[in-house]
Amino acid sequence: MAGPELITSRAGAALSAAALETSAPRLPGSLTRIALIGNPNSGKSSLFNQLTGLNQKVGNFPGVTVDRKTGVAQITPGMRAEIIDLPGTYSLYPKSLDEKVITDLLYDRTSKQYPDFVVVTVDASNLRRNLLLFTQLADLGLPIVLSLNMMDVAAQHGVAIDVAALQEELGVPVIPMNARNGIGVAALKIVMAQQLAAPTIHFYEPEEDLLPMIRQIRYYFNLHNDYLALHYAHQFRHISFLSADDKTYIGELVQKYGFEVTPRQAQETIARYARINDILLNTVSVTRTEKEEPYSNRLDRVLTHRVWGYLIFFGVLFMMFQAVFAWASYPMELIDQSIALINGLIQTNFKGPLINLLTEGVLAGLGGVLMFVPQIALLFAFIAVLEETGYMARVTFMMDRIMRKFGLNGKSVVPLISGVACAVPAIMSARTIENWKDRMITIFVTPLMSCSARIPVYTVLIGLVVPDRAVLGIFNLQGFVLMGLYLLGFFAAIFSALGLKFLLKTKERSYFIMEFPVYRWPRWKNVGITIVEKVKTFVFQAGKVIVAISVLLWVLASFGPGQSLERAETQARQQGVAQGLTAEETDINVASARLENSYAGVFGRNMEPAIRPLGFDWKIGIALLTSFAAREVFVGTISTIYSVGQDADMRTVQQKLALAKDTEGQPFFTPARAVSLLVFYVFAMQCMSTLATTYRETKGWKWPMMQLVYMTGLAYFSSLLVYQLMK
Amino acid sequence: MKDLRMGEAGTICCLNDPEMALKLLEMGCIPGTQVRLNSRAPLGCPITLLVGEGEDYTLSLRVSEAATILLKD
Repeated sequence: MAGPELITSRAGAALSAAALETSAPRLPGSLTRIALIGNPNSGKSSLFNQLTGLNQKVGNFPGVTVDRKTGVAQITPGMRAEIIDLPGTYSLYPKSLDEKVITDLLYDRTSKQYPDFVVVTVDASNLRRNLLLFTQLADLGLPIVLSLNMMDVAAQHGVAIDVAALQEELGVPVIPMNARNGIGVAALKIVMAQQLAAPTIHFYEPEEDLLPMIRQIRYYFNLHNDYLALHYAHQFRHISFLSADDKTYIGELVQKYGFEVTPRQAQETIARYARINDILLNTVSVTRTEKEEPYSNRLDRVLTHRVWGYLIFFGVLFMMFQAVFAWASYPMELIDQSIALINGLIQTNFKGPLINLLTEGVLAGLGGVLMFVPQIALLFAFIAVLEETGYMARVTFMMDRIMRKFGLNGKSVVPLISGVACAVPAIMSARTIENWKDRMITIFVTPLMSCSARIPVYTVLIGLVVPDRAVLGIFNLQGFVLMGLYLLGFFAAIFSALGLKFLLKTKERSYFIMEFPVYRWPRWKNVGITIVEKVKTFVFQAGKVIVAISVLLWVLASFGPGQSLERAETQARQQGVAQGLTAEETDINVASARLENSYAGVFGRNMEPAIRPLGFDWKIGIALLTSFAAREVFVGTISTIYSVGQDADMRTVQQKLALAKDTEGQPFFTPARAVSLLVFYVFAMQCMSTLATTYRETKGWKWPMMQLVYMTGLAYFSSLLVYQLMK
Repeated sequence: MKDLRMGEAGTICCLNDPEMALKLLEMGCIPGTQVRLNSRAPLGCPITLLVGEGEDYTLSLRVSEAATILLKD
């Protein structure tokens, strides 16, 4: 392999040369590592689900901020393999962070993550374009199996494939299959169980004039093939495992040989397509007697129609809201009551501060997490079905023009809509947006959409200050105001997006070049796996943070400086006796007095100067503080402070608030104060789960902190403005 | 490309935006390939193209992106 012009080699690289040339022998008992690669919509996820079932887990790619899905598959009774699901891609030249994961994995043969072999999934009905990625992977010199998927669709399109001839031409095992119903999976497993050799056929040879540069890169990095060395020259700036020195070395070579990235890559792609055309000529025959329009096109004529398209879309949206708000409320109540039941059981049987921590801190926090599971499950069921059928691609197509004006993307529609239910799954669904900037903006503004947790706050305050009066005969004024608050959130979201559009700088270009998947019936197994996976992610990732914060808030609300709590309690009890209150009424007063004197109460009093310009007093301060973890805590805290009683409904909370007096004996909750508080809750972040999710999705504290500061700031200044203008 | 009328087909001659070209090439818009303007989104953009002689698949792209595709006369 060493040519006469080779002069330099990276120190120490020679040591591992022998080991690298043949793929390293597997240790007995270690899992075979199989990477799954393919175009988007080639049925890769179906195949992954077929192979691994529910044995899946989502983790991070080492060092990269992109999720990676792995699963364990039982290949034969005696052999299990780790399957790595890689993001869908059209070629080995990555355009997005997502796709970079693939090249990072395949460029470094010494990595522990390096796969033993690769299964390439291709859509048999669309072989020409799908084979591009295959030929690139084959040229990298990895052992490959080609999974010729969607044979049924190919047959419908009149595409006949001579599998034996194709196998001959490609030089790798070719398994015809239909991953959606499992046909061919058994055959694939048989091939997987064998020791595979790297393919010997090359589909593209780098141009002659590149060879001197390629040889030097090969020698320096001790690489086993030319094509890999060429990729180093193309992408050295983005390869994560290369050192600064390595990059400088390649950079100098690239300059020396005048290597230009873009035209070379275009040349390669065209050359590959020419080769693929030859292969297809000998192996595929298309018989289409009558030119019948595919049903997908006919369906598109209706579903993306300028009138019907939007009407159908809004119909689908309406169904989704109905599901998330109405249907989900029953299981949510059930979960709520179950947690309350368990809490009650523990509280009646055990006593002590540790039990209080468990019930009021940990279990209450856990309840707050589990409560949202039905909403998340339903929402993702809907989204998964829309994705699976291929409808979602059409929605993004219809919305792209509008969303782009605000720095978003057609694909931002899904998170923004989901945000009306709960920002947590909504932010998770922003993962489908490839463009980094578009995705960050979407994640950033989604929590401004009014989620279901704001409803209790809205209801109490609207009921307090907005008269229950009809307007224009049929509309209700309170309903009007409620809708106004939702619109306020929506406009805040899109105009914040507009602002960020100008602030964020990115070199990445925003594309909307996207393939329309053919309409298909959803596979319920895939939908089910998606639901389980999302719920699991939510419960374990966001759950940890919520429970931690709940415990912290419990500590702040249960302890006070010195003996203040005990003093407050004694005082409240004496007062109760003096005024002849029942035991229950006294208990409520005690709870209120304790909260008032706890650390949370002290914080509330200390923060009063800061929130007085907004029209708030220390009591609201405590509620703001405790509802920081989750907005719906507001009503609970308010009912405790205004001593409403254990199971306070909205009405009694409202009555208590209406009776509250300021220092001059006037009603405390003036319209100015209530509207100011409403506006605060429209904008303020006030949700630990969302922050935790943003942290998880952006893999860092920068974005959640920006969200927190921006939204709290927006809330503060809007409230300030509203109160000062209205009072 | 932008002169194409609805339902009309043409053959790709060249791609005049190098960076966009890489993406389009990978998606199968190779010079010599036939494309047919299939539909427009309700607001006129994006559009969809049917790519290939056999109209193998539907590609959606923005008008500005389609404008970088030049067709043969």
